[in-house]
Amino acid sequence: MSAHSIATTRSATGIPTGRLAVWWVLVSEIVIFGGVLVSYVMHRLGHPEWAAEAAHTNTWAGAFNTLVLLTSSLAAVLAHQAAERGEGPKAARLLRLTVLGGAVFLTVKGFEWTHEIQAGFTLQAGGFWSYYYLAAGLHAFHVLAGMVILLWVAASAARNRHLHRVENIGIYWHFVDIVWIFLFPLLYIAK
Amino acid sequence: MAHAAHPEALAAAPHAAPGGSFFHRYLWSTDHKVIAFQYMFTGMAMALIGAFMAYVFRMQLAFPGAAVPGFGVVSPGQYNALVTNHGSIMIFWVAMPVLIAGFGNYLIPLMVGADDMVFPRLNRLSYQLFLVSALVLLASLVVQNGGFGGAWTAYPPLSANKNYNLTPLGSSLWVIAVALEFVAFLLGGINFIVTAMNARAPGMKAFDVPIVVWTIVVASILFMASVGPLMAGAVMLLFDQLAGTSFFNPFRGGDPILWQHLFWFFGHPEVYVVLLPAMGIVAEVMTVFARKKLFAYKTVIGTIIATGVLSFFVWAHHQFVAGIDPRMANVFTITTLLISVPIAEMCFVYIATLYGGSIRLTVPMLWALAFIAEFLIGGVTGIFLGASGLDVYLHDTYFVVAHFHYTFFLIAVIAVFAGITYWFPKMFGRLMNEKWGKIHFWGTIAGFNGVFIPLFFLGAAGEHRRIFDYTTIPELGRPELQALRIFATVSLLVLLAFQPIFLVNFVRSIFRGPRAEKNPWRANTLEWTAASPPPHGNWAELPQVYRGPYEYSVPGRESDYWPQDEKP
Amino acid sequence: MLEHLVPSASSFSGDVDRLFLLIAVIVGVWFVAAEAMFFWLIFRFRAAPGQPAQYITGKEKRLKRWINWAHALVLVCDVVIIVAAVRVWVKIKQTLPPADLTVRVTGQQWAWTFTDPGPDRRLDTADDVRTTDEMHLMVGKTYHFQLVSKDVLHSFFVPAFRLKQDAVPGRVYTGWFRTERAGTYDILCAEICGMGHGVMTAKLTVAGEAEHAAWLARHAGDAALAAVDTPAPAAAPDTAGAAAHHAAMGHTQAH
Repeated sequence: MSAHSIATTRSATGIPTGRLAVWWVLVSEIVIFGGVLVSYVMHRLGHPEWAAEAAHTNTWAGAFNTLVLLTSSLAAVLAHQAAERGEGPKAARLLRLTVLGGAVFLTVKGFEWTHEIQAGFTLQAGGFWSYYYLAAGLHAFHVLAGMVILLWVAASAARNRHLHRVENIGIYWHFVDIVWIFLFPLLYIAK
Repeated sequence: MAHAAHPEALAAAPHAAPGGSFFHRYLWSTDHKVIAFQYMFTGMAMALIGAFMAYVFRMQLAFPGAAVPGFGVVSPGQYNALVTNHGSIMIFWVAMPVLIAGFGNYLIPLMVGADDMVFPRLNRLSYQLFLVSALVLLASLVVQNGGFGGAWTAYPPLSANKNYNLTPLGSSLWVIAVALEFVAFLLGGINFIVTAMNARAPGMKAFDVPIVVWTIVVASILFMASVGPLMAGAVMLLFDQLAGTSFFNPFRGGDPILWQHLFWFFGHPEVYVVLLPAMGIVAEVMTVFARKKLFAYKTVIGTIIATGVLSFFVWAHHQFVAGIDPRMANVFTITTLLISVPIAEMCFVYIATLYGGSIRLTVPMLWALAFIAEFLIGGVTGIFLGASGLDVYLHDTYFVVAHFHYTFFLIAVIAVFAGITYWFPKMFGRLMNEKWGKIHFWGTIAGFNGVFIPLFFLGAAGEHRRIFDYTTIPELGRPELQALRIFATVSLLVLLAFQPIFLVNFVRSIFRGPRAEKNPWRANTLEWTAASPPPHGNWAELPQVYRGPYEYSVPGRESDYWPQDEKP
Repeated sequence: MLEHLVPSASSFSGDVDRLFLLIAVIVGVWFVAAEAMFFWLIFRFRAAPGQPAQYITGKEKRLKRWINWAHALVLVCDVVIIVAAVRVWVKIKQTLPPADLTVRVTGQQWAWTFTDPGPDRRLDTADDVRTTDEMHLMVGKTYHFQLVSKDVLHSFFVPAFRLKQDAVPGRVYTGWFRTERAGTYDILCAEICGMGHGVMTAKLTVAGEAEHAAWLARHAGDAALAAVDTPAPAAAPDTAGAAAHHAAMGHTQAH
């Protein structure tokens, strides 16, 4: 039994269904990350000594990762443009570049965390580090999930199918990017 | 993409030919109606478990130390687990799945004239995640050391530290179950919101959409916008429980009050998440059986949205005595009492809908009217609690318990019975028995009031919550108060005794009830134009809409109803 | 109304009771009016042959007026209640009248411990008297209480005083009450704190000065135990409600 409905193809608001859905997903994601970040900020304000802990984060790695994510978002934008022109295989290549950016991001993070954990800055090492791993970990989880979906969309796009999904996963990826733009200063620069 | 100018023919629709095994048709289906039943039946099964828990702990309260038939002697730890899981189950695994996912899934595509939800496979996944969350919760009850007993509010440090709660496995499984349930409803909410926004039939403008669809959509939006911080909090609590972090441990730099804020920021909007769909159901039933337009439909939409927005600004009324800055309490008392304004307005409009009506007291209408009558009690008793100076005394007493049952029971039981008895003919193509329906109704109402009116008095007498035996306490244990407890328990037994009547009526009617036509209640909304029950894809030809949903008793027309899809 | 169910023993219990009565009267009137209107409408407009329903949109001015007036009146009643509630709240939680004595209330799984300042009427001195599950106070005195928890959240609830405050671990809360009536009363824990939450009941005795002095004398031998009490705050007690927010044990102070 097929699972497609005519309902999916309608658009009483004029906004395509997939895009509308992604925006609503982002609403809930904003509140999740918002909850984590507001809690962190309020505690940080009450614990000035956390600045000393934050000094041990690797600002260069964080900055590099910011650049990586921004570049990957650029690839996603270009992929969307290609999809709009009906160039499925090209969009797929660009999406895979986006995934590569995500992979680099996660690899750098892996190195960062390994180094920090070996130096004794573990999840349990104190209030700052608990929030650091929680926020960055939640974000990394979303990066990983995004990469999986990007690959799935790329696979369809390469065969020129479901090209509208390129834009939608792009929107999600930009959001993941924006969350990092908030995390970076809060976790790395505020020392 | 604009919607089609002509009704779409469904000849090529994939749903038109259902087939496949029992597994495909009933367990692995993407049909919104099947998924609706899955949610509803799961919710009803969980309701039986939650009700059993209430039976056990109320028996313990009335006859402390005596073995409860069907359970045995209740230990203090078990008592705490019973009240914790009774609350958790009723809110997360009964009210939400039945009202939002059950009725939402069933009604939204039918009422907006669509063949299914916009994301049928995501819909199926949402249910499956929900089912897993229910199974995890049930597992938490039977693991070593027993189920979590820190109340549905799960305040740390008790909930975070196994040395305090003594239920390490149960506590973590409980948190995981709740988190999974949240994810299931986040996913499900996407379908409800986007389907109602985008998949409406040609001609159906926003203000032609039935109120129950509006309420379910607004409730979904409220849920999505409020659960985030608690999702974060649940992860933090799980980390504190299992990974040695100290988000909430005050002796290692954390703050237990942070959890409370994260919890109640969600917790308060959550009550409106379940209240709004219930009020939506009541509106549908009242308009049909009063043969009247909903009084001031747009005002009702306005109050729904106003209530939703305001609900984000009242949360700390749960924390007046928790150690928050007392100046904050004044802000929250103001917002809390002001939220009574849109809610009162909603009630007034509903009551005004009766004016000039032609009221038929069918079983669904009895339930809907009972909702309004009882909700006035729930609503006014909230005022006592929102007044900070009085909440100093009433917080964490049975006054609170009585207040929220005079809202929650109405939401999760009364409105649900209104909905089930009303839409039963559409869902199953048969009619339920009216006589037995009325007997069930009166027994339930009498029992319900008998349980909870005494609790107002007990709360006013200072009876605090979550205590397994009051008879050992000098003032609270006095015989007059214990008599009230026994009365409440006996009333619960009466209430429970009437429920098999419903179950038998329900099951028998599915198989042996008189066959129902398409529109036995002569209602206007689109679901009544589909067959009873509707096939896969709902209609052979999807409807087109020409008017609003409440054009009843239009002057100059012979018929006292005017379906939305009838050509002008 | 509350005074019929539970004795009124503090200087602000009357205020709470009057607030309860005010709200009960205001909402009671609304409740009766709304239910009466509701049931009358059901009766008046029950289905009858030859009497079809009317077509009413809700935009009709003469009908909308009913809703608008009711709506406005609800708002007025809300404001009255808000003002009354805030006044009671401020009295109990935002003021701290000068104390005749200070006592400490310690909650833990699963008992209350009370520290009486002893005959010298100063807390954290050698003659303090520490008791478990019973509290002794003098009538006609203004007390400050320092509320602490050793482990999880508890809540210090004295129905006869109409007083409740959560005990949060890691903080010291300073509140007040003035005793006005001698007698024995319940002290209850009003925040679920684990398996023993139900047995955390304590007994409060409020008596005259002479009786209290006699009670102190009987417990003089316990003075040595006072030294191991919960650490004292470093300076003056917190103003009511502005509780400390510091990590390690022993350093509990207002911002």
